[in-house]
Amino acid sequence: MAADESVYIAGAFEHPTRDAPDKSTMQLHAEVARGALEDAGLEKDDVDGLLTAGVPWGGSGLPPLIMADYLGLDVSFADTTDWGGSSYVGHVGHARDAIRNGRCDVALVTLAGRPRSDPRSDDFQSYQDEFERPYGSVTLGRYAVAAQRHMHEYGTTPEQLAEIRVAASQHAQHNEDALFQDPVTVEDVVESRMVADPLHLMDCCVVTDGGGALLLVSEDVRADLERECVEVLGYGEAIGHLDGGRIDLTHTAAVDSGPMAFDDAGIDHDDIDYASIYDSFTITVLQTLEDLGFCEKGEGGEFVEGGTLQAPHGDLPFNTDGGGLCNNHPANRGGMTKVIEAVRQLRGEANDPVQVDADIAIAHGTGGSLGTRHGSITAVLGGEDR
Amino acid sequence: MSLPETWEPRPVPPANPETERFWSAAADGTLLLRECPDCGLVYHYPSALCPDCFTEAEWREASGDGTVYSFSLLRNHGDWPEDDLPVVFAYVELEEGPRVITNILDCPPQDVEVGMDVTVAFVPTDTEDVAIPVFVPAE
Ligand SMILES: [Zn+2]
Repeated sequence: MAADESVYIAGAFEHPTRDAPDKSTMQLHAEVARGALEDAGLEKDDVDGLLTAGVPWGGSGLPPLIMADYLGLDVSFADTTDWGGSSYVGHVGHARDAIRNGRCDVALVTLAGRPRSDPRSDDFQSYQDEFERPYGSVTLGRYAVAAQRHMHEYGTTPEQLAEIRVAASQHAQHNEDALFQDPVTVEDVVESRMVADPLHLMDCCVVTDGGGALLLVSEDVRADLERECVEVLGYGEAIGHLDGGRIDLTHTAAVDSGPMAFDDAGIDHDDIDYASIYDSFTITVLQTLEDLGFCEKGEGGEFVEGGTLQAPHGDLPFNTDGGGLCNNHPANRGGMTKVIEAVRQLRGEANDPVQVDADIAIAHGTGGSLGTRHGSITAVLGGEDR
Repeated sequence: MSLPETWEPRPVPPANPETERFWSAAADGTLLLRECPDCGLVYHYPSALCPDCFTEAEWREASGDGTVYSFSLLRNHGDWPEDDLPVVFAYVELEEGPRVITNILDCPPQDVEVGMDVTVAFVPTDTEDVAIPVFVPAE
């Protein structure tokens, strides 16, 4: 295949469960794989590429071996690059490149986990843990310090952050699988319990069991499929970290991944009809919007006011499934559902009241923590009839 | 307000050959940073090789003074004693430059502000060669 040949997402499946006490995580992987194959109209034996991350939960096993064994796959390509929750957006880019290079024709990307019914505490695992865990460093706190600094430097308010949750909740009311389906107001958010100043409970995403899967295919495979496919137009990845103590808590690595992906796709902001933006916390969305260049640094608060993010009429409809904030954040990793909802929008299969006229969409992941290390990954996707 | 007598039951770091000098210096009442003799970078965490140029770095004593760069009050925490909540999880920008993760102690949590002047203090652990550097309001 040529280096610029088209690669498509042919199958996308989000597991309907949000609480799975009676299933294993591996079982969920198999169920979402089956779901994505059914969606694409492909057979299990068609799969010759495998991408996943976080297997097994919190452990250091041998993910490609464990997965290929359990799922009974015969693959010529495997990739278990793990940028935390943004991994599955990254896998879209890596699968595209593998297919272009002729390493495989049908690449399966899976995610599954059960943090809602089977929470595990992690232990000292990395070099950095030694200097962070003694101080009570947890994901929530690592995002809260980013929010605090953003508020300090730019005057961002809790009410502005709340607008992001409000928009997600407006979308979630139309999603019968969403964990939280009731619309909320700005007041509801800022009056919800303070969990890590300045973040309230409703600034945080849900905790859900479940998963999702994608199938990426070559042009040849796509030609034999009935199913409407979505093209991978552009991709960019970057990592942000402490940088020896020079960390800037108000910026994410989206400042790099965004331009890479937009250049790769040959698009500009005006071309984007829909955006899936990783929403582990409201501050994640606000900083990402700035860093992707939808507004100037520091003006994210103003940007999200007035329903900018609300489908179908806002200027930049986002997370129309209700996002991680209201719908689903399976395995504490939201990148998969970001891609799935972008695919739904481009196929015209989003929930009716929030379907937008979308030809070009982005899916952006932020895995890890803004307050320490994170992977920012941007994918640009295009609809079939654009 | 006062400092805890010992860091336990809060998590205590397992020192390794690369980091044990940092923790034992803390046990002796000194906050150490790394400084690169080649490019001059002063940094934290104390990795042996400079993260900018891979030169073998030297140890350098920090003044212990800094300002709060950001913070959060963690209202719940499984590793913390109930009567010591909220945890003031913070970044302090040291006088020498690096922003370091720490806790602010010896002050009412609601009084902590971005920009406030702080200075280092050390809390012993049950391990002789390990103490935990924390920050308290400057005099
Ligand atoms: Zn150097």
